[in-house]
Amino acid sequence: MATTTMHDAHHDAHPTGMMRWLTSTNHKDIGTLYLWFSFIMFLFAGGLAMLIRAELFQPGLQFFQPNLFNQFTTMHGLIMIFGAIMPAFVGFANWQVPLMIGAPDMAFPRLNNWSFWLLPAAAILLLSSFVVPGGAAAGGWTMYPPLFIQGGTAYDMTIFAVHLMGLSSIMGSINIITTILNMRTPGMPMMRMPIFVWTWLITAFLLISAMPVLASAVTMLLTDRHFGTYFFNAAGGGDPVMFQHIFWFFGHPEVYIMILPAFGILSSIIPTFSRKPLFGYDSMVYATAAIAVLSFSVWAHHMFTVGMPTASQLFFMYATMLIAIPTGVKVFNWTATMWRGSISFETPMLFAIAVVCLFTIGGFSGLVLAIVPVDIQLQDTYYVVAHFHYVLFSGAAMSIMAGVYYWLPKWTGHMYDETLGKWHFWLTTIAFNVTFFPMHFLGLAGMPRRIPDYALQFAEFNMLQSIGSFVLGASQLLFLYTVIKCVRGGAPAGDRPWEGADSLEWTLSSPPPYHSFETAPAFK
Amino acid sequence: MLCKIRSALPIIIISLFATSAYADYQFNLQTAATPIATEIYDLHNLILLVCLIIFVIVFGVMFYSLYKHRKSVGHKASQFSHNTKLEIVWTIIPFFILVGMAFPTTQTILRMKNVEGTDMSIKVTGRQWLWEYEYMDAGVKYVSNLATPRDQIDNKADKAEHYLLEVDNPMVVPTGKKVRLLLTASDVIHSWWIPAFGVKQDAIPGFINEAWFQVDKPGIYRGQCAELCGVGHGFMPIVVEAKPQEEYDAWLKEQKVKLAAEAEAATKDYSKDELIKHGEGIFNARCAACHQATGKGIPGVFPPLVEGETFANQDTVKRLTERGFIKDGKIVMGPKDKHLDIVMHGIPGTAMQALGEQMSDLDVAAVITYERNNWGNKAGDMVQPAEVAALRKSKG
Amino acid sequence: MQTIEQTNTQRYYVPAPSWWPLVGSVALLLLASGFVILLQNNASGSYVMIAGALILITMLFGWFGTVIRESVGGLFNDQVDLSYRWGMGWFIFSEVMFFGALFGALFYARVITVPELGNTSLLWPDYAGTWPTAGPGVKETFAAMPAWGIPAINTLILLSSGATVTWAHWGLKNDNRTQLKIGLILTILLGAIFIALQIHEYSSATFTFQTGIYGATFYILTGFHGAHVTLGAIMLTVILGRVYAGHFTPERHFAFEAVSWYWHFVDVVWLLLFVFVYWLI
Repeated sequence: MATTTMHDAHHDAHPTGMMRWLTSTNHKDIGTLYLWFSFIMFLFAGGLAMLIRAELFQPGLQFFQPNLFNQFTTMHGLIMIFGAIMPAFVGFANWQVPLMIGAPDMAFPRLNNWSFWLLPAAAILLLSSFVVPGGAAAGGWTMYPPLFIQGGTAYDMTIFAVHLMGLSSIMGSINIITTILNMRTPGMPMMRMPIFVWTWLITAFLLISAMPVLASAVTMLLTDRHFGTYFFNAAGGGDPVMFQHIFWFFGHPEVYIMILPAFGILSSIIPTFSRKPLFGYDSMVYATAAIAVLSFSVWAHHMFTVGMPTASQLFFMYATMLIAIPTGVKVFNWTATMWRGSISFETPMLFAIAVVCLFTIGGFSGLVLAIVPVDIQLQDTYYVVAHFHYVLFSGAAMSIMAGVYYWLPKWTGHMYDETLGKWHFWLTTIAFNVTFFPMHFLGLAGMPRRIPDYALQFAEFNMLQSIGSFVLGASQLLFLYTVIKCVRGGAPAGDRPWEGADSLEWTLSSPPPYHSFETAPAFK
Repeated sequence: MLCKIRSALPIIIISLFATSAYADYQFNLQTAATPIATEIYDLHNLILLVCLIIFVIVFGVMFYSLYKHRKSVGHKASQFSHNTKLEIVWTIIPFFILVGMAFPTTQTILRMKNVEGTDMSIKVTGRQWLWEYEYMDAGVKYVSNLATPRDQIDNKADKAEHYLLEVDNPMVVPTGKKVRLLLTASDVIHSWWIPAFGVKQDAIPGFINEAWFQVDKPGIYRGQCAELCGVGHGFMPIVVEAKPQEEYDAWLKEQKVKLAAEAEAATKDYSKDELIKHGEGIFNARCAACHQATGKGIPGVFPPLVEGETFANQDTVKRLTERGFIKDGKIVMGPKDKHLDIVMHGIPGTAMQALGEQMSDLDVAAVITYERNNWGNKAGDMVQPAEVAALRKSKG
Repeated sequence: MQTIEQTNTQRYYVPAPSWWPLVGSVALLLLASGFVILLQNNASGSYVMIAGALILITMLFGWFGTVIRESVGGLFNDQVDLSYRWGMGWFIFSEVMFFGALFGALFYARVITVPELGNTSLLWPDYAGTWPTAGPGVKETFAAMPAWGIPAINTLILLSSGATVTWAHWGLKNDNRTQLKIGLILTILLGAIFIALQIHEYSSATFTFQTGIYGATFYILTGFHGAHVTLGAIMLTVILGRVYAGHFTPERHFAFEAVSWYWHFVDVVWLLLFVFVYWLI
């Protein structure tokens, strides 16, 4: 019978230096790691976008040959989605979920660290693919065969990077689900958790359902590439469209994975700065759950031109239109939260308001795209690029920015510089719209996407967009400066810098103790 | 201040759509040339209007609230947190709006998908990076290549009006007839799209997709490939010329005559210089996109054809050698039959096309002769069209 | 160095900082990179892969070893036990989704793709579009794997192994260590026999992974399943080792349950394979 026991070491577990960051089992440290990793990836992928817009500044090929340009667009998409947006939200989950539910840490603190450290490994694979013979993958972030079968080494590196990132996400979502279901402080039933926690619970469920499907899809790509299989090759009885179905069965829940945590952040910020409770807590929960369930039934709206039967087109169109309803409900609820509140306009609130407006524009362009006959005209054009940047940049990314400003005082103990924050906000919002709003027109006018050069009638808007994008890119350097400045110092934040904030993290000091809520806090 | 700009935005957008004064700035779908495209145009306007109205109402309310219910003007917060009746109402109303949108949309879809009663069929094959058209009932077949000169793309010459939207051999159709397209591809997924027709359909290798259109007004209509297909994706436009029936008939007859003449030309023998001269034109139009006009290729991506240049990806060289495509490290300077084999049948699993399916005997013969005798390559030999024809016959 | 301490079993166990996650990431990076190199026909890739595999195995022994020591050391309270239950359950769910996508590919190919190709006479004039098939362009004759030979026997084997592991569980709960050990040994043996029979069946097949869509779906489904059976058998062996080391009590034995859940999951996947890959051709 074993009698050895471990020295209960966690009291002393506050390492310093490199060790602290390499071996951490602390949700706050791991959250910080995710956030910095995502910021670096965001700047890198943003740099790729600058190169793309430089080439698109004028018609003709000025700087890059089409092969390199396609590498930029492909990698911009992959890195933004898997390297910037998703890890940033996981960073928020790590920092905030245990604090908001009064838990001492995540359910599986070591596994949590593995989820993080898989990402730099994946990033090494993905980024170093730029320097292998043939360059990085250039087949689009959507990796459609047969094009994706043609490429060289980098395509395999991309596939394995996707595997690693998938493993990270799957383990992360197991951790988050278990934490939320099992580690809430007694006295906090599910229907009284902060909405941010709900959105992450539901997001984690989407992740754990969808990422394995992506793993299957890219594994079949790999075997078609190297082991002579015919999954996506008609000669052997396979079908390139089958890949699209499997990919988008992952891909559609994926976009909700990227937006539900954003909704959670908005639902934290708007009540705080309206000094009013969130309107319709219960329906916000049900709406989020409805979005998640419906998200599994709409995937083929990314494929309306592949030649599927009429009945399928109709089904997917109706299902997609339906998903507008719970999303709309959320926008109404946020508006009702502000209504008759006592509203102030600090940087987090400015971002939150902009997100609600601009995300809604993205939502409407999504509805337009859902209408099959219209989609026939707009599929694979800049209209789609406009749509997803409205939902992903002014939806997801700007929510991340909002959340950073909102919680930086808690994480660091310092107030960020409000003037700089506001500058960052206005520059970003205006430059974003200058860059992406005209893309709706370009798509309607007939400009396809993923092209390095274009016909002359598209020239004026492209030039305008490129200028806007340079301002947008430069503004994010201001964001970097503001964040670093806040980390290094600033006015003391106090426990509760925002008078309207009321979840559990605001009961702790700023920054919170390294180990917090080791005893469960009271919650009524 | 922002509130005012934001509330004004929808009005700005509507007025932009309404005006036609902005010649260079197009804000809406292209002018419709088919009944389906007209339906789509109207449908889009309807949806857009509904979205705009909802947007103005919702954000009107929000911006009103942001203005009136500010802390800085002393507004005190209410503490209400739900209103079930209101929530039910604002769930049901959008539902009915969507149902309302679904009715006309469904009818348009059913009309778009109805491929019955067509007057003619054209088989469209997407290839990297051109389109091939085969008039099924007439036995006419040809390829349609981007006609924009490379100089314009490389900014060495001024760009013409239809930059990147012009081809050497457009698709020609008669007006007033329902034309059926049978779409497929030879390598990767492409997509055939003419905005003015409201037709976009993916061309998928190994499968046939159907689409149809009926153009009533004669004219030239332009579109582009709409599915990423590699480096040439932005450089394989589609041009359709709609002619009145008699002109179409005349054109069709002309095509048949041209094909017969090509077949005739392939039975002749040519001098090496004639072949090289003709081959240079073919090479620059068809091969230079990958292998480059210098013949040096792109290291690691597209092999060089110049003797002495090495293909950076040695593992690919090894694999291609094992599969018999390279002999003694040479492609172009190796035996003529291997060179012919690659050009005619392509290299499956790579972007190297089976050009024998796209080019005439004369063109194949000429381009091979050019490659073997240019850039310092000194193979010295040449290929006659008859040899290509014989290879075709033997391989079936 | 180690002292016997009263651990506060009210407190949720938060482990000390650990190198294992970083080690695991390095291992997987090496495995992936090695595979990439190997796929470029460069034999040195295999050395990189072996290095990665060795490091991964070290990590697994190290990490699980630490967890086992923590568990046996009484550091896990009921709440931690519940966390492990949720964790294992959701992990198995992710595996269900993985296999679900592969089954989805099989259904899509059989119900949509192959009939559509059979109807595409313009491109494939002589293709009937019936299952099983190697496709219209792959000229290979083969016979589908018959269900009522080895596959049927393997179904019985796996079903029995599900029974033996349950029987072992009852032994554990009733503190009958002998029943526990015999049940586990039988389960592992049955698993091993299953793998051996599958290998034999693979060698007798008249088709390969490259035999069109039939070969592709057959081997990817049965192959990943076989890999999961192997993993399950390894895990059962580890549990057996722990049983001999005296671990597990009738009240507390979650690791056993976790591996048993996994084994049942593997069994269910096989039943679906048997029906949809072997039987309903």
